[in-house]
Amino acid sequence: MKIRGWKDLNEGPVIKNPGNSILYKTGSWRSFKPVFLKENCTDCLLCWLYCPDMSVVVENGQMRGFNYDYCKGCGICANECPGKKRQKAIVMEQEGK
Amino acid sequence: MKTISAVTGNEAIAEAMRQINPDFSAVYPITPQTDLMQKFSSFHADGYVSTEVVLVESEHSAMSACIGAACAGGRVVTATSGPGLALMWEMLFVASGMRLPIVMPVVNRALSAPLNIHGDHSDAMGARDSGWIQIWSENAQEAYDNMIQAFRIAEHMDIRLPAMVCYDGFIISHSISRVEFLSDETVQKFIGDFTPTNSLLDIEKVVSYGPLVLTDQYHEYKKVQNDVISSIGEIVLKVADEFEKVSGRKYSLFDSYRLDDAEIGIVILNSAAGTTKDVIDEARKKGIKAGLLKPRFFRPFFYNEIAEALSGLKVICVMDRSDSFGAFGPLYTEIASSMFHMKNKPVLINKIYGLGGRDYLPVHAEMVIDELSEIAETGIVNHYKEYIGLRE
Repeated sequence: MKIRGWKDLNEGPVIKNPGNSILYKTGSWRSFKPVFLKENCTDCLLCWLYCPDMSVVVENGQMRGFNYDYCKGCGICANECPGKKRQKAIVMEQEGK
Repeated sequence: MKTISAVTGNEAIAEAMRQINPDFSAVYPITPQTDLMQKFSSFHADGYVSTEVVLVESEHSAMSACIGAACAGGRVVTATSGPGLALMWEMLFVASGMRLPIVMPVVNRALSAPLNIHGDHSDAMGARDSGWIQIWSENAQEAYDNMIQAFRIAEHMDIRLPAMVCYDGFIISHSISRVEFLSDETVQKFIGDFTPTNSLLDIEKVVSYGPLVLTDQYHEYKKVQNDVISSIGEIVLKVADEFEKVSGRKYSLFDSYRLDDAEIGIVILNSAAGTTKDVIDEARKKGIKAGLLKPRFFRPFFYNEIAEALSGLKVICVMDRSDSFGAFGPLYTEIASSMFHMKNKPVLINKIYGLGGRDYLPVHAEMVIDELSEIAETGIVNHYKEYIGLRE
């Protein structure tokens, strides 16, 4: 999203184009990143349920991975993931490593 | 057509509010504002206004409800005093930040402790940085006139900012004086219909109010707010011109009294200006070249215009009916700021008077004028800031 200069602002902090939060990418806040290990996933979708944003991508009832444009790396998905045979399907990795 | 009546300041403002007939008003009673809103509520109960009047549980709620109604696109009025304004403080910044043209009479009252219900400017001065336009009124007539003009200023499409109309608690709010009322038609024609911007009820153009704005844009919004409130002078004068045509009464950015050839001057707000003008007339009879300047606006503060009006003076006393403890009074600091860039600065002293409704008597103004005359002669200043009218 384009950051506006003071001359281009609305008369008050009013959002006139509803649903524009999709334009404001918050993924850069992340210092840890969830990594999806498909082999350990049972598609229980607890990660999708617990994600405080909408960063878990699900298609046809199956976990597909993450939308890193909005994932802030809170780690709740990795914490909640029951995995398969005690092996987590989501692990957190430090960004920039 | 106009009507001349003997009314209290609160009755005059209630009458203005009846004539304006706003869409919405959320109120909480507080002395000395109470009988203003009681009177307006009677108008509502008797069917003289179509305003939606809501009694809320606190001033914080009153301002919050007014903000909601203003976002929805209504013409909104509330009123308060002293601690009530203090309780609104958080929401005042929301109203101005969202650029909502709410108009609010502030019946000036002291802040606790000790508990005191009388006339004092500490309440409005505490809210001076809230981004609201502040219009100050010497008497009931000015309060009535300012109330009507406030709508035109606040709602102007280039401004869209909330405005307080200040007048002294009890001294003006509860004293009866002569007030000339305009006809209902004149007032309604003068203020015109309200044009909402970004109404929350407009389902064709959906908007969101109150988003989070962090380090990347907040600074810019504040710059816009500063520029907008700083630029209202021209609109104020245009509205005053139009008001003069319908009322015959002249208004400007400030009131100057016998200043043109003055050597000593007093700068003072609201009701005490009336007393001071009388004393200046007496001093003039004795050949003392005294004058007075009464700011009509404290926010924005018209630094350049006021400095120019005061530029010929040798000695000025700025009188504050509120204090900033451990500092000069708030009006003094503004006057000092406005004079700082001048080559020949007058001597500037500060008197704190009339706190908590303490009478400001002609004798006090006489003492100040005597002291100013002495400073003009000798150049010796004994106190730059001093409380007057004190019990020793």
